[in-house]
Amino acid sequence: MSRLKQLLKIKKLKQFFPNMKPLVIITVLLFTLTSCYNRYNNVSVTEPVKSSVHELVHIPSSKEMKKIEGGSYLGFIGKDSGRIVTVDSFLIDDSPVTVSEYLEFLKKNPQWTKSHINRLYADNDYLHNWEGDFEIPKNVDPNSPVTNISWFAARAYARSVGKRLPTIDEWEYVGLADEQTKDASSKPEFTEFILNSYQNKKTYENPIKADKPNYYGVYDMYGMVWEWTSDFNSVMITGESRNDSATNETLFCSGAAVTTSDLKNYAAFIRFAMRGSLKADYTVNNLGFRCAKDI
Amino acid sequence: MKSLFRILVLSALIFTITACKQNNDSFFGHQTEYADNGENIKTDGTTETLAMVAPPFVPEPTGDRRAKKLIVNLETIEQIGELADGTEYNFWTFNGTVPGSFIRARVGDEIVLNLKNNENSNFPHNIDLHAVNGPGGGAEATFVAPGKEASFTFKALNPGLYVYHCATAPVGMHIANGMYGLILIEPEGGLPKVDKEFYIMQGDFYTKGKYGEKGLQDFDIDKAIDENPDYVVFNGNTGSLLGENELKVKTGETVRLFFGNGGPNLTSSIHLIGEIFDNVYVEGGTSINHNVQTSSIPAGGAAILEFKADVPGDYVLVDHAIFRAFHKGALGKIKVIGEDNPAVFKENEPIKTAS
Repeated sequence: MSRLKQLLKIKKLKQFFPNMKPLVIITVLLFTLTSCYNRYNNVSVTEPVKSSVHELVHIPSSKEMKKIEGGSYLGFIGKDSGRIVTVDSFLIDDSPVTVSEYLEFLKKNPQWTKSHINRLYADNDYLHNWEGDFEIPKNVDPNSPVTNISWFAARAYARSVGKRLPTIDEWEYVGLADEQTKDASSKPEFTEFILNSYQNKKTYENPIKADKPNYYGVYDMYGMVWEWTSDFNSVMITGESRNDSATNETLFCSGAAVTTSDLKNYAAFIRFAMRGSLKADYTVNNLGFRCAKDI
Repeated sequence: MKSLFRILVLSALIFTITACKQNNDSFFGHQTEYADNGENIKTDGTTETLAMVAPPFVPEPTGDRRAKKLIVNLETIEQIGELADGTEYNFWTFNGTVPGSFIRARVGDEIVLNLKNNENSNFPHNIDLHAVNGPGGGAEATFVAPGKEASFTFKALNPGLYVYHCATAPVGMHIANGMYGLILIEPEGGLPKVDKEFYIMQGDFYTKGKYGEKGLQDFDIDKAIDENPDYVVFNGNTGSLLGENELKVKTGETVRLFFGNGGPNLTSSIHLIGEIFDNVYVEGGTSINHNVQTSSIPAGGAAILEFKADVPGDYVLVDHAIFRAFHKGALGKIKVIGEDNPAVFKENEPIKTAS
């Protein structure tokens, strides 16, 4: 009897919503998104209460940006869920922010200079080879990428020029391109090229744009510096790399095991491991950034 | 009928469980033991920083010293070095050597492991010590970006010879590039005294160019996945135990080799041509085997090999998977100097044939 009632109920519902399936899917999706959002919040950096971000002075930037047409791709992380990453169209700096560009920012925003920066925002290696607050060290090419920059500092710079940091998904999307094609991820020689470029030492001393640009006209995605992303810590590579592929504690709310779409993509492994090893106040010799912008 | 069947099944189950339990208690007739004794050993309140020496040498034995707090400083360094004569490789190392510095402690020691990642490193690193009882052997606790430091403390519970290695993704690449070493936890009272001790680790390397190709060689991921190395070497170089680097001992001396296998892929069939290992601490553990010709050392494993140098001469250490020795570099030499010992070995006069 009660079964019949239930059936009737469902039938009634079906009358109201003749197409139930999409509704269910949407609900599930919404739920997933919401829980995702929470998860991201949990892992996001805790910002010191007293923020100097608001005191930022805007500065003009002549940095050329390239338009990246939106699209989707198979994410490196999240094999079991078949995680398709979708990226909206956006703009990205055609090269990493340089020492001289960063100096312009410091001149207008002295609260971010080496001697004035709030120590919660950067560790002791911030701009570590700078002697003064407004002098580029003699042996440093002004046109080389600025490094020993914390995530907070990179973000402040981006805001000061009316931009933001790219997300991991955006950065990786642009990073799929070689010189000729949008997505060169299936070419073994491309992965090999990246892997080898990572081995070169002190590439951060080189001037930007010395190598050829990629398909989009974007320079130095590889072989120069690691780059900050806005959500660098959303991918939890814990250092226990064997574990990262066995549990679901580490990444995303897909509940799926953290496996990768391409086990041979050691270049991507290295990037994600590098991001996982960082904290927002860390500054590293070979870690710089470039900015992005919504369209 | 049905209930009879149920009872039968139930009794069978109970019987199996009981049998299993008994089996556990006396596995092959031995009482199983758990090495939690180390946990109760009190440190003597003193602190020492372990003095590191480069392979093939090892720090001083712990002897009969009491357990203490031992500070171990390791630094991950990426540097180009020689893999073979004229062949260079971008090594990733602990303390600048392959294998990394030998860590020597005793059971009950409280070991503070400080890991610094050199500021000129391109990559993050960490350490997993097989001598640790704890998550990842310390891997997560020591995950460090270039220029940063991390630290954790562990109590040495189990005596034995253990491998340590980097466990950062992609872990195979970190190991293939040379990030491994050995840590010895000596038992209470120390290992028995010997005259000479050496530290050797085997490793397989995967290069773009074939064996012997000159110049800087890149890591070849395809060969690594195929487990098809171009080089199989002792202590990170085809010549690290040859020529002026050969190990020297005197006749009559007892020799102990701390032998580990970093891998990443191959198992070593370690053999000393012309000698027999009098004692082998099997798999680096507590049980000792005697009179061993060839010992099998798995990737990520180690053993203590002991022999007495009876007769002078050149003794060649090889991986007895013999093509590795002659075509990939798994060759080292121990030179024994001293008086002839004809009672053990002598060459006979040529036999004269009647004309």
